[in-house]
Amino acid sequence: MVDVALWSGLRPLVEGRDSVEVEGRTVGEILNALRRDYPALGPTLDAGVSVVVDGRVIASSLTEPVSPDSEVVLMMRLKGG
Amino acid sequence: MALDSSKTTGFKYVGTRPDRPDGLDKVTGRAKFGADAYAPGMLHAAIKRSPHAHARIVKIDTSKAEAMEGVKAVVTRADFATGIEGEFGNILENVMAGEKALYDGHAVAAVAATSALIARDAVKAIEVEYEILPHVTDVDAAMQAGAPVIREGAADSSVPEGLHPNIVRYYESGHGDVEAGFAEADLVIEDHFLTEATHQGYIEPHACLGTLGTDGKGELWCCTQGHWYVQKVCAALLDVETSQLRVTASEIGGGFGGKTTVFIEPVALALSRKANRPVKLVMTRAEVFKASGPTSSTSMDVRIGMKKDGTITAAQGTFRLQGGAFPGAPCEMTAMCAFAPYDLKHVHQVGYDVMTNRPKQAAYRAPGSPMAAFAVESVIDELCNKLGLDPIDTRLKNASREGTRASFGPKWPRIGLVETLEAAKAHPHYSAPLKPGQGRGISCGFWFNHGGETAVSLALSEDGSAQVAVGTPDIGGSRASMALMAAEVLGIPYEDIRVTIADTATLGYNEISHGSRVTYASGLATIKAAEDAVQKLCARAAAKWGIPEDAVYWEDGYAKPSGPNAGEFEPLHIGDITATMGATGGPICGHFEATPEGAGVSFATHIVDAEVDPETGKTSVVRYTVVQDAGKAVHPTYVEGQFQGGAAQGIGWALNEEYIYGEDGRLQNAGFLDYRIPVASDLPMIDTVIVEVPNPGHPFGVRGVGETSICPPLAAIANAVSAAAGVRMRQLPMRPSRILEALESAVDG
Amino acid sequence: MSKTHVTTKVNGDEVEFLCDPRETLLDVLRDRLNLTGAKEGCGTGDCGACSVTVDGRLVCSCLMLGVEAEGKEIGTVEGIATGEELHPLQRKFIEYAALQCGICTPGILVATKALLERTPDPTEEQVRYWLAGNLCRCTGYDKIIRAVMDTAAEMREAS
Ligand code: FES
Ligand code: FES
Repeated sequence: MVDVALWSGLRPLVEGRDSVEVEGRTVGEILNALRRDYPALGPTLDAGVSVVVDGRVIASSLTEPVSPDSEVVLMMRLKGG
Repeated sequence: MALDSSKTTGFKYVGTRPDRPDGLDKVTGRAKFGADAYAPGMLHAAIKRSPHAHARIVKIDTSKAEAMEGVKAVVTRADFATGIEGEFGNILENVMAGEKALYDGHAVAAVAATSALIARDAVKAIEVEYEILPHVTDVDAAMQAGAPVIREGAADSSVPEGLHPNIVRYYESGHGDVEAGFAEADLVIEDHFLTEATHQGYIEPHACLGTLGTDGKGELWCCTQGHWYVQKVCAALLDVETSQLRVTASEIGGGFGGKTTVFIEPVALALSRKANRPVKLVMTRAEVFKASGPTSSTSMDVRIGMKKDGTITAAQGTFRLQGGAFPGAPCEMTAMCAFAPYDLKHVHQVGYDVMTNRPKQAAYRAPGSPMAAFAVESVIDELCNKLGLDPIDTRLKNASREGTRASFGPKWPRIGLVETLEAAKAHPHYSAPLKPGQGRGISCGFWFNHGGETAVSLALSEDGSAQVAVGTPDIGGSRASMALMAAEVLGIPYEDIRVTIADTATLGYNEISHGSRVTYASGLATIKAAEDAVQKLCARAAAKWGIPEDAVYWEDGYAKPSGPNAGEFEPLHIGDITATMGATGGPICGHFEATPEGAGVSFATHIVDAEVDPETGKTSVVRYTVVQDAGKAVHPTYVEGQFQGGAAQGIGWALNEEYIYGEDGRLQNAGFLDYRIPVASDLPMIDTVIVEVPNPGHPFGVRGVGETSICPPLAAIANAVSAAAGVRMRQLPMRPSRILEALESAVDG
Repeated sequence: MSKTHVTTKVNGDEVEFLCDPRETLLDVLRDRLNLTGAKEGCGTGDCGACSVTVDGRLVCSCLMLGVEAEGKEIGTVEGIATGEELHPLQRKFIEYAALQCGICTPGILVATKALLERTPDPTEEQVRYWLAGNLCRCTGYDKIIRAVMDTAAEMREAS
């Protein structure tokens, strides 16, 4: 299981928790698991998120590996100028 | 052998300052920008725009225009695809209004004619009947109960129940318990800050030349930061297949984020399809101001607690961003960047994306971050002043470092904030004496940077020179950086490499040039493509020598046997291998396609001295120093240029630039005379210090540099002006009238 | 609408064109004479991207009508180099990276060339005020000013 930290705006959608545990070995698997286990997060995931894995911002790659002791943080998708 | 040229020292080409490859074209007037293209049989187009901030379109009568001699086509919303939703639906609505005109300048129809003069006359002959609706252009007003609703149902699921429908996105993050943190503080300061919308102010207006046939095939030439994106959007809006539309990026006369989206290209293509002729469409400067994408304006509240020793105990911010008539204001970026420079136990930030009757905001260099820094760094400055603390030492004490937790959640990887603060402290500017009437300001700034989808291909010529095709327009010397990186890997002279910006038909998808991604991502892809070619060169040498491929290595442009066991062979020069490549296996090319995810964040610290004339309220920036982490500066001169350009734009934002809307909801200053960007006589020389803390996510350690430079200036200047004037300035721009008011109320109070 | 016949000299060459009385000199240079070096940044005299010289005087070509060019001598960025020899300003602009996007460059080169012809030894302040009508959004002007000052020094030495 990987612990995924959520930004606080999402907490009302997961009964007030600031992180959730899901199964997954890649960013893509984590996102799928989130969608499956926490359907309330669906619209947010659809709107686009970045996933920070051990301090690296993963903006789009679903194949990026994640290990159980990785620090995983969900972030709104980045935009630049 | 997996070739890996990663290194952060010992460069031969990277870090040098050669002339840029496109320099000659650009000093002789030969370089072709957006408006410099012509085609046989070409028509000129012009757009009819709403003069109202908010109005229902009752009827559009184009008959008089159509009857005019020389008019070949008129289009309205009916000439575009239907049923498009989401992001592209919003772009379509912005490109050509449907039921409602949502802001002053919103396009409602367009004409193509045999001359620009006829097109302009024909636009005047189009009659539009409007039913005027109540409007709102101010962010705070738009959030109030009773404010006119721009569009029902535009809010997404992030918005809590019960908020005004103009609040369309909501972001909240943080950690710890801020109230407990504030209780530990010796001093807590809370202030309200306002900034106005500004424009990127690129000197080249949007321009394009499009041809679209009834067979669904098209060609488009335009100035853009991302031609693959333009291709995708135009294809969707005109309902043609993406691959059938070939888009070529012209030289681009500035963008800064403002050319990351689409405004006029689909209109030119729709007109072309109707007239069956090429159509050129160029915005006027007034149109650029009214109907391209300025920044958000903001209303912000920031509260920070500090101990006497300078430790920040808690920080809280609320950031309301006005984003025009569509969702998308970067409220989450503002909130995430706000406290990023600091290691905080208790932090909480909230962002609101608010719609108004203004043009859809677009990205502008580190979108959302400069405003946040203005509010946060102003409060930190006040705290330092009141507690008698040194502003750099205080920032160092609280600075984010590798391993500390960022205000928006994750732990930091290797970052260079401390290094910029230390370099700023050591800089002679920081200890130079000030003259009476002058004040000094400091600010830090932060930007994420971005990688994104990238494809690069590299082809070797028979004589051993190389052509590199990249998909990111050269907006400020990136051809030079790409050539330097390719030279480094291939081991051939910089001059032997020609870098071309490929069109959409000749390379895989390249994401828009935004998020300071060009030198990082296209650079990384260029390095990898060159490595790919080197590997093939080594294979040819191995075949010639009859030894295994992994017994050959590449050095300074030569294939060499890797040791005595590999055998004794004369090193083979790249040109020796390419001269016979046709007979030894065919052309040698390298390519790379990926979405690199290792963009390193970048921090900066700026020092500025300002002088305020108490008689007129006019501010002069008398000295300016930019210190920023570039990871590795590939072409230091152009890195300095990015630092200086960002600082200059920040000076404009801080002191002069603003969108001014009248009671009628119309833009009052849609021109460079009244929207005054800094001119040469407004500015001092801008000193730069390049700090290099290598980014582990790039083979040479590169971090994007284009955006962070605009993050600190608003706050640094506000802090300097506040010190010089003796009153705290919490609203931008700090134009003379506003400073005089502040001085007067300080005297009265 | 009836057009007017105009004869003028551009970069030393005689040219003729027909133009609408409403067309600006900038329109004519770009759309009728294929000289797209001068750029339209604003069309209202505020940005200097369209700078040209008319009988040696620096003007915004967007503020002058094409018909007013009759009998005049126009100088544009395309005429600054002599054959393959770049003007020292052009060389120094490349060397100093005094351009990023380059859209302001033609106007700034025309303007600074005019400055150095009348003021071979300008102060930094003079250069800054002379260029106050030429907007550059990319560079912050720092490298432009340095390039101009160094060119002036080099040209003084050479003469
Ligand atoms: S285009 Fe002539 S001054 Fe701007
Ligand atoms: S270099 Fe871009 S406007 Fe001057």
